[in-house]
Amino acid sequence: MSVELDVFVGNTTIMDKEVYQLWLNGYTVNDAVKVRMEGGVMEECEASAEVLLSDTMDQFRTFQMCERLLQNPAKLANQLLFQIPPDRQAMLIERYYAFADAFVREVLGKKLSKGTKKDLDDVSAKTGITLKSCRRQFDNFKRVFKVVEELKGPLVENIRQHFLLPDQLARDYAAIVFFANNRFETGKKKLQYLTFQDFAFCAGQLINNWTVGAVDNMVEDMDVDLDKEFLQDLKDLKILIADKDLLDQHKSLVCVALRGKTKVFNEMETNFKNLSRGLVNIAAKLTNPKDVRDFFIDLVEKFIEPCKSDRWTATDVNLYLTHYTNSAHILDSFKYQTVWTRYMGVIKSCILRMYHE
Amino acid sequence: MPGKLKAKVVAGRHLPVMDRASDLTDAFVEVKFGTTTFKTDVCPKSLNPQWNSEWFKFEVDDEDLQDEPLQITVLDHDTYSANDAIGKVYIDIDPLLCSEAATVISGWFPIYDTIHGIRGEINVLVKVDLFNDLNRFRQSSCGVKFFCTTSIPRCFRAVLIHGFVEELVVNEDPEYQWIDRIRTPRASNEARQRLISLMSGELQRKIGLKVLEMGGNAVVGYLQCFDLEGESGLVVRAIGTACTLDKISSTYTAAIVQNLSNSSPSKDMKEAGFGEEAPGVPLSSGPPTPLRAQTFSSFSPSKSYSRQSSSSDTELSLTPKTGMGSGGSAGKEAGPLKALLRQQTQSALEQREFPFFTLTGFPPAFLLHVGGVVSARSVKLLDRIHNPDEPETRDAWWEELRQEIKSHAKALGCHAVVGYSESTSICEEVCILSASGTAAILSSRFVQDGALDTDHRFEDVAPPACGFCHIPYDELNMPFPAQLTYCHCCRRHKVPDVLFTTIDVPTEANVTGKGCLIQARLCRTKKKGQGEGNATAISNLLPFLEYELHTQLLNKLKLRGMNALFGLRVQISVGDTMLLGLASATGVYLTALPSPGGIQIAGKTPNDITYEQHISNMQKKINDTIAKNKELYEINPPEFVEEVIGSPIPEPRQRSRLFRSHSESSDEVLELDLSHGKKDAFVLEIDDTDAIEDIHSLLTDAPTPPGFYSCNTEIMPGIYNWTSGLQMFTSVRVFRLSNANLTNQGLNKIFNDLCENLLKSLYFKLRSMVPCCLCHVNFIVAVPEDELIQVAVTAVAMSFDKDQSQENGRQSGDKTLMKAITENEEQLQFPLELSAESPSNPLSCAKGLSEVSGPLPSARVSSLEKASPVPEGRSRSLRSNRSCPGSSITVVKMTPLSFIPGAKIIKYLGIINMFFIRETTSLREEGGVSGFLHSFIAEVFAMVRAHVAALGGNAVVSYSMKECVFMENPNKNQAQCLINVSGDAVIFIRESELEATPSQTQSGNVQTSSNGEGT
Repeated sequence: MSVELDVFVGNTTIMDKEVYQLWLNGYTVNDAVKVRMEGGVMEECEASAEVLLSDTMDQFRTFQMCERLLQNPAKLANQLLFQIPPDRQAMLIERYYAFADAFVREVLGKKLSKGTKKDLDDVSAKTGITLKSCRRQFDNFKRVFKVVEELKGPLVENIRQHFLLPDQLARDYAAIVFFANNRFETGKKKLQYLTFQDFAFCAGQLINNWTVGAVDNMVEDMDVDLDKEFLQDLKDLKILIADKDLLDQHKSLVCVALRGKTKVFNEMETNFKNLSRGLVNIAAKLTNPKDVRDFFIDLVEKFIEPCKSDRWTATDVNLYLTHYTNSAHILDSFKYQTVWTRYMGVIKSCILRMYHE
Repeated sequence: MPGKLKAKVVAGRHLPVMDRASDLTDAFVEVKFGTTTFKTDVCPKSLNPQWNSEWFKFEVDDEDLQDEPLQITVLDHDTYSANDAIGKVYIDIDPLLCSEAATVISGWFPIYDTIHGIRGEINVLVKVDLFNDLNRFRQSSCGVKFFCTTSIPRCFRAVLIHGFVEELVVNEDPEYQWIDRIRTPRASNEARQRLISLMSGELQRKIGLKVLEMGGNAVVGYLQCFDLEGESGLVVRAIGTACTLDKISSTYTAAIVQNLSNSSPSKDMKEAGFGEEAPGVPLSSGPPTPLRAQTFSSFSPSKSYSRQSSSSDTELSLTPKTGMGSGGSAGKEAGPLKALLRQQTQSALEQREFPFFTLTGFPPAFLLHVGGVVSARSVKLLDRIHNPDEPETRDAWWEELRQEIKSHAKALGCHAVVGYSESTSICEEVCILSASGTAAILSSRFVQDGALDTDHRFEDVAPPACGFCHIPYDELNMPFPAQLTYCHCCRRHKVPDVLFTTIDVPTEANVTGKGCLIQARLCRTKKKGQGEGNATAISNLLPFLEYELHTQLLNKLKLRGMNALFGLRVQISVGDTMLLGLASATGVYLTALPSPGGIQIAGKTPNDITYEQHISNMQKKINDTIAKNKELYEINPPEFVEEVIGSPIPEPRQRSRLFRSHSESSDEVLELDLSHGKKDAFVLEIDDTDAIEDIHSLLTDAPTPPGFYSCNTEIMPGIYNWTSGLQMFTSVRVFRLSNANLTNQGLNKIFNDLCENLLKSLYFKLRSMVPCCLCHVNFIVAVPEDELIQVAVTAVAMSFDKDQSQENGRQSGDKTLMKAITENEEQLQFPLELSAESPSNPLSCAKGLSEVSGPLPSARVSSLEKASPVPEGRSRSLRSNRSCPGSSITVVKMTPLSFIPGAKIIKYLGIINMFFIRETTSLREEGGVSGFLHSFIAEVFAMVRAHVAALGGNAVVSYSMKECVFMENPNKNQAQCLINVSGDAVIFIRESELEATPSQTQSGNVQTSSNGEGT
């Protein structure tokens, strides 16, 4: 004796946020029922386990039917099958495209390929996020990536319009796409302390300043690829470390400016050449894709770690980078001011963001 | 050739990929009407094609316009092989034929395929130019308005209610034709859909013709059903109430003009034409023929002013079924005036073959007295319909049943039947036909034709609110023993102790507390049988089933401390091995009726002490439940000194007013004693396990969770301040009985649990709407296969404000508000409209309107539309939604009720009547049976909404799902489902918006009338 068929269809599609979240989290119906029971919804409404099961199954089915539309959010607003109020639609989309920080840290910068997808069970095991949920998140990344790949115009705007995402989420996706495209290494042990939001911030900086789109806003892939010309120009900065005089001059200017203003002045003074060499070398190597991938590692190894070991505070770092950048402008024989500003602006904000005390 | 149909295909979107190689589609469209087909160009390689076709013009008879749907087929062009069909859209163009409905159909329609479901959408424009032909109403009946709503639609006023119209057409079912063996399932489904669409068009046209002959202009309470008789054919039948309606903004004069002009006697209009069999065909059971004859003679419109007892007398003596001696006839307290009235109405009604009304809500002062529920069933063996053009057998079957209903009503001293409906249940070759309604006495106000009218409007003096409760039958000559008391409101007339009806709670009724949904559920096993034997077995079971259902209802009613049932609907479904009975109604406490006594339990073996204890325990439980229920439903009637008027029958047993019968094998109507002891001590005897089960089931009915109410009527008495929160839903469950050898009790429990759990699930689903009431809860039960029970529920959940008394500062008190909410907007609205128009000369505009109503309807409609009191912004948004593709979609509300709370319906756009078939050969892939049905129901909703939006509407009222036939074959990975839905497409505007622009409303109205004059 069993219920063979059990459906509920409302003229306005009924969707419970809590159940939706459970579905998104990749729970099975039975697990979801367990979670709901523990959540106390039964006592609240005098429901039995049976009722809860029926409701959960029904909603899961509805979500499954909606999933096809959620994968193309523009369709959701134009379809006739489900009558869903606009605010609900927005909620559905936002949550469908939401992702777990723990998950995104695992795949950030990886190629969004089948190979990576196959490894998702490892990711699932590591993060405790269900494989189903991992797959959805991964597929979302991939889908967004594929769509914006072929579009002109600003990346964030494209994502927002195409997937009807709220601004912040669209920015996060832009970061993910950007990282995936440039294959930045984020998984190394040394980078583990960084959160997704740290990377997303950096990605924003890079997109806004270092890509083709930063200068010309009607090119394909404009926000996804770094500006090749700029990368080439960065080689010229080498003079700052190659030219002994220039290096000394730069150092003394910075020292003059910082003397008495920081407790770590001595350490700074001793380390100046090392630090400057590190930053300029990063710049000079960026024409090589391999080195682009290591950009964040390099920042950590060449700059952040030395500072950390000398117990710089964030204020110290800020002070140092400000004067380091500005002093170069006073150097008479240094002609690459624009490139330097464009480079250091990003480096400074990235380092500051990545510098956790 | 009085019509030109024009169609234009604009664009498509979200088309499926038909060419795997390119992941694109080369789509084109065929537009077909009748036998003419047009094609658009192929729009190559696009999933969002823009055809922007020319206007395809069809020059057709209006008869065809009514019968045929416009058929739009989207195909994928294939150079080398046959073109693949993507899907179809059927557009019923009937709404365009009616002057006051829609003027254009324009919008996105889901492209539907019976195998794949919805596959993209298509944007289409359809218009009709009707050439007015003086002889146009020979075969067609364009212009007759149809409403599913079972009360006078808002924004209309009833001038005359002519009465019952019915028609049925039969055909062979394409599914069972020989050709079905060689064609694809798709072709067969489409043939079926098309045939049913054609048949319902034809049916509607024929009914329309009848209405025109009667002098009416509309059908209200239109109920159309399909009987899928399998091998023996397909029957589409419809009943309704012919009316002459008047748009409420026009004034009284117009009404009178029309009223006077239609003086055709009702008699010959009924008898004329349509191959309807001669009246009074001798039927299986005796009385009808002589009864009819005699009634006719004794009620020739006599001018006998003296009070005559003959009415009830004759009737009673002529209905031997009741088994009553016709006693003396003195001592009826009704004054001569009333008697006279009654005579007049009676004669007006008597002239009709069937004084039936499918209405469940009535204009004020129309319903005078209610007798009780009358029902009749008959079991028939289906045989092949040999000649589709002469559906005599089916006609005769229904005729027989209706005669029976009529005679039951007479036995209750009533001359009319209201809240009338008909239904069938088919299993293989056995078919149960059921008809039921409420016997009533109506005022002559709306039913008289011609001469008798106008001068004698006595009943304009509104009857007391309790009037409908007063017994219509003669006290000394009661058709059954009953316990009468004086009415608790007026204390002058007699009322029964319980009242069962199929109608809605009359708006004027005084109700104490709130109401609730009451259901009686029953399962009876039956041996598998064939042919005649099977039919006999079923008809032998029926009376017991009905008796038990009735007992359950009565018990449950008492348990809730209530005394009346409204909206009673008894469904009997037949399967191979069982019969299912489900009776649903809304229980209320009518202030006019006496308070129900408690329930007393008596044991048969009084000596056993443990047994005694058990009984007293149960008694206590029952008493507690009654007390709790009274509190829950706020039933605290005012104290009333009981003065029981001695029942004329010495034995203090009572009978409820349920008249029923079943025919087929037995001529004798089983008269059941449906009572259980006397009033105060309503004794339940526990003499066997059966009764214990009964009591258990009585007590196990879970109460609705806090914040929830439910009813199956239009509105819930006691709740007035609805918010705009509205959620219509359909829920379907199928239960498989794995154990074939179940006892009756076992089955009962399963069925009962199934229904209870379903309700519980609904409450849980809708918990976010609390406080809320499930209104118009409509259960459909079926036995699709041997071991399956299917229950489908359609209802609407409406939330309301908790603190009623403080809310919206009601100066006028409960009654007025309730009236405003329920159907009688007329009362409120009419003076309002008048005052709005009074600045201009009311008489002249009335004249203008009545003159206009004939020749140039379209012009008037457009002027109306322009002047409609829709605030600018709103109308623009509505329009823009339709005109510009790609923008968001119009929200379409759906409700089984005839109104939308907090909103005013400003226009009826026409009837929606759709039939869909969906089939799959990949059941598992579509998510199993649940996934399959879930998406199908969602698709049906979507298609209804799309059609309404295309008509320019934003809601469907009086929506109902009349059929949901689900068949599966999981082994073959197949399933099929048929769904039939109907409703009225309307435009509504929120009352808040109306209030915000009162001046606009007024000017709008004035403008309307002056515009009308101009044309």
